[in-house]
Amino acid sequence: MSDTPTIGRLKLRTSALRAYTMLLALIVIWLFFQWATIDQYHPYGLFLGAVNFSKLLQQTAVTGVLAVGMLMVIVSGNIDLSIGAIVGLAGGVAAMTQGWGLVPCLAAAIVIGLVIGAVQGSLVAYVNIPSFIVTLGGLQAWRGVILKLTKGATIPVELPFFRSLGRDFIHPRIGIALAAVAVVAIVWTNTRRNRARRRHGLPALSMAATLTRIIIPSIVVIAFIVLMNQAGGVPIPVIFLLAVALAGAFLTANTTFGRYLYAIGGNPDAARLSGINIKRYILAAFCLMGALAGLASILHTARVGASSPDAGTLMELDAIASCVIGGTSLMGGRGTVFGAVLGALILASLDNGMSLLNYENWAQYVVKGGVLVAAVGFDMFGRRKG
Amino acid sequence: MTQPLLEMKGITKSFPGVKALDGVTFDLNEAEIHALVGENGAGKSTLMKVLAGVYPHPEYGGQIVLDGSERRFANVRDSEHAGIAIIFQELSLVKELTVAENIFLGREPRRFGIINWEELYSRAQKLLGELRLQIDPRTPVVNLGIGQQQLVEIAKALSQDARILVLDEPTAALTDAEVETLFGILNDLRARRVAMIYISHKLDEVFRIGDRITVLRDGKTIDTTATRATDEARVIAKMVGREVDQIFPEAKHDRGDVIFEARNVTVEDPSVPGKLLVDRVSFSAHKGEVLGIAGLMGSGRSELLMAIFGAHAGRKSAEIFVDGKQIQINNPSDAIKQGIGFVTEDRKRYGLILDQTILKNMTLACLRRVSGRFVTSEDAEAAAGERAANDLRIKASSVFTVAGTLSGGNQQKVVLAKWLLTNPRVLFLDEPTRGIDVGAKQEIYAQINRLAETGFAIVLVSSELPEVLGLSDRIIVLHEGRVTGEFTRKEATPEAVMSCATGHARLAA
Repeated sequence: MSDTPTIGRLKLRTSALRAYTMLLALIVIWLFFQWATIDQYHPYGLFLGAVNFSKLLQQTAVTGVLAVGMLMVIVSGNIDLSIGAIVGLAGGVAAMTQGWGLVPCLAAAIVIGLVIGAVQGSLVAYVNIPSFIVTLGGLQAWRGVILKLTKGATIPVELPFFRSLGRDFIHPRIGIALAAVAVVAIVWTNTRRNRARRRHGLPALSMAATLTRIIIPSIVVIAFIVLMNQAGGVPIPVIFLLAVALAGAFLTANTTFGRYLYAIGGNPDAARLSGINIKRYILAAFCLMGALAGLASILHTARVGASSPDAGTLMELDAIASCVIGGTSLMGGRGTVFGAVLGALILASLDNGMSLLNYENWAQYVVKGGVLVAAVGFDMFGRRKG
Repeated sequence: MTQPLLEMKGITKSFPGVKALDGVTFDLNEAEIHALVGENGAGKSTLMKVLAGVYPHPEYGGQIVLDGSERRFANVRDSEHAGIAIIFQELSLVKELTVAENIFLGREPRRFGIINWEELYSRAQKLLGELRLQIDPRTPVVNLGIGQQQLVEIAKALSQDARILVLDEPTAALTDAEVETLFGILNDLRARRVAMIYISHKLDEVFRIGDRITVLRDGKTIDTTATRATDEARVIAKMVGREVDQIFPEAKHDRGDVIFEARNVTVEDPSVPGKLLVDRVSFSAHKGEVLGIAGLMGSGRSELLMAIFGAHAGRKSAEIFVDGKQIQINNPSDAIKQGIGFVTEDRKRYGLILDQTILKNMTLACLRRVSGRFVTSEDAEAAAGERAANDLRIKASSVFTVAGTLSGGNQQKVVLAKWLLTNPRVLFLDEPTRGIDVGAKQEIYAQINRLAETGFAIVLVSSELPEVLGLSDRIIVLHEGRVTGEFTRKEATPEAVMSCATGHARLAA
């Protein structure tokens, strides 16, 4: 088994290879739906048009936010099955406490998620109950708490600002300003990186490599903003998703916290003997997951316009599927935030595209299930041959 | 003399880079207990695996003759059918099943595919009765002590009409009373004409129970004699009778002050309450010195270091001093802060994250210092990692190579680099050369000497006697969790150390 498969003259690490395959799969899916939605009103197809694409990203937001948290839990070698119920409960609490004002009711949702994550994480890390069991219990128990609290009622969102969090767009000019900030940040990190390499006595990257690393991401950012502005601006939930994904990517790839999570999932014995406080980091992963579930509940409740007792049902499975499609190993130690968000985007694309084409409900389920199994099967096949 | 029940002639078995067995000859008579002794790595287990069919016919050379005709076992089932049963050190019982279910696992008496529980339990009862065992066949195995589990294994072997019973270190986990029970049963079995091969490090037991003794060394049969015709000193001499190899460079260590001291380290077995794995062991390590800890498998060496390092799961007590000040170590992080590094045994299990790069493995224990308290810097890590990789001559295309793809020797160097990067002053090395080739071993030896010369205090645990003798300035010897001898480099002879390791107090030097 070699770790660097070769494609022509390109050498890629297995993890990177997986990410590129998934990116390719996403593009193929997009092109297919674009082609399939060509009709007399939309000679170039409907799917990737600004309006539908914007809707697609809004649909990705909730699953994507959950997938980022789930990724950290899974990388640490655990699982969280309770987040659908947490989304329901936190959303219900937010809707019920609207009388306290906007900030307190949103904070309540996130704090509820955080506290539940802390309770479940402590049971996993300090009482040694397997996370599957703890969160399977949570899945049922928190759903029960929702029923008790809301008496089974659907509670409408009445604060206009709350509602707009799920439905509105940021002003196109702010979008452009954000794009400018992003481009500056891209240039700055790349030049700083080169300076740091020289300081540590390592060769700096070549001018061509540096320029590629600056130009390609910048083009993506600008194209994204231009497209979104055609449909009224970037949807607010998408801004949240981007922020969470960037923070999650930074946390997992560039902090000691992230490195320890991968180490714990990869070999808990080695991690422990290297002086890492395993329990504390597992607890932290569950706390983050809970807080992100609280955030997701806000976006979901705002988008739907009400909290209902069965809100969030099965969301945990979408989040897990996103991680897995994006190359996360359920054994722990492997996976990236980029992959998890990509997985969420693939799932949302399938949902959105098949709805546009008026596929029946049953077919949508079958296709999504098939894609999940195929993604992992493809990975296994590739690994054996590699 | 009649023809022997079993003859193994000219058995050879090679692994990549090592010849584990080199023309071994061994025979076994009916109604005999034949003891097989030798150092760790002498080839005892390999020989038994050949006999059991773990390594099927073309993988080994030589002949296995049973009842006068040559047999070639294709797998373990074949050898079981021929009446050979092996009871390995790691018991192979299913803990959640009952005693009777375990005894007949895979061979349950049944009718039309349905298990006949009545018959199963009555046959198990009868079998246990024959062995005079007071065990209810309906007890789940998990509720039995290790000693009783061992006896259940023996019952299981006999239920398969085993004529040859191989016992690999059967008393390693037993209390004295359980050893007596076991010996009673073995004597009964001998009276029933069962032939037994008894592998043990404990020579007193071997002399009590064995009819003949065969000594293996470096994959060769050194000698087979009747127990009556020899004594322990002579057997020990044959076990170690090898020149300490010339691969150990003469080292000039400047012994400095004591920097590390452990007093009265006592460690309890986490799975057997009350059983002590380490019993009041004390030692000290000087700056610039290699302290060797010798001892056979199961003597408590690794547990001693694990406990001091704060990584033992069970109960323990110890007084630890660094630079003369008493300190408290509750977890590995405390130990690292006090300047202790621990190159653990079994690098794949305890040392490495095989999926990750060399660099990430090397910086795991020193991430905060090298890379940043919270935000990491890959470049700072790479700079530190490249230096360490060069110092230790780790052979890989870059520090971004995945650790799992490296050779054993290079993996071991990665683990060593990981601990050197924590800037330790005291370095524990547990089996640092296990399973790596001779060239890599020599490099590790050179590193150990270099580290001692630059002022580290090194504590070296190894089950390879020549390694301990060749590298250490002082040696303490453990046997069953107790210190049974202490030597300086000059005093330490292989015979004297081995004698202590097999349970004798120190011989007069």
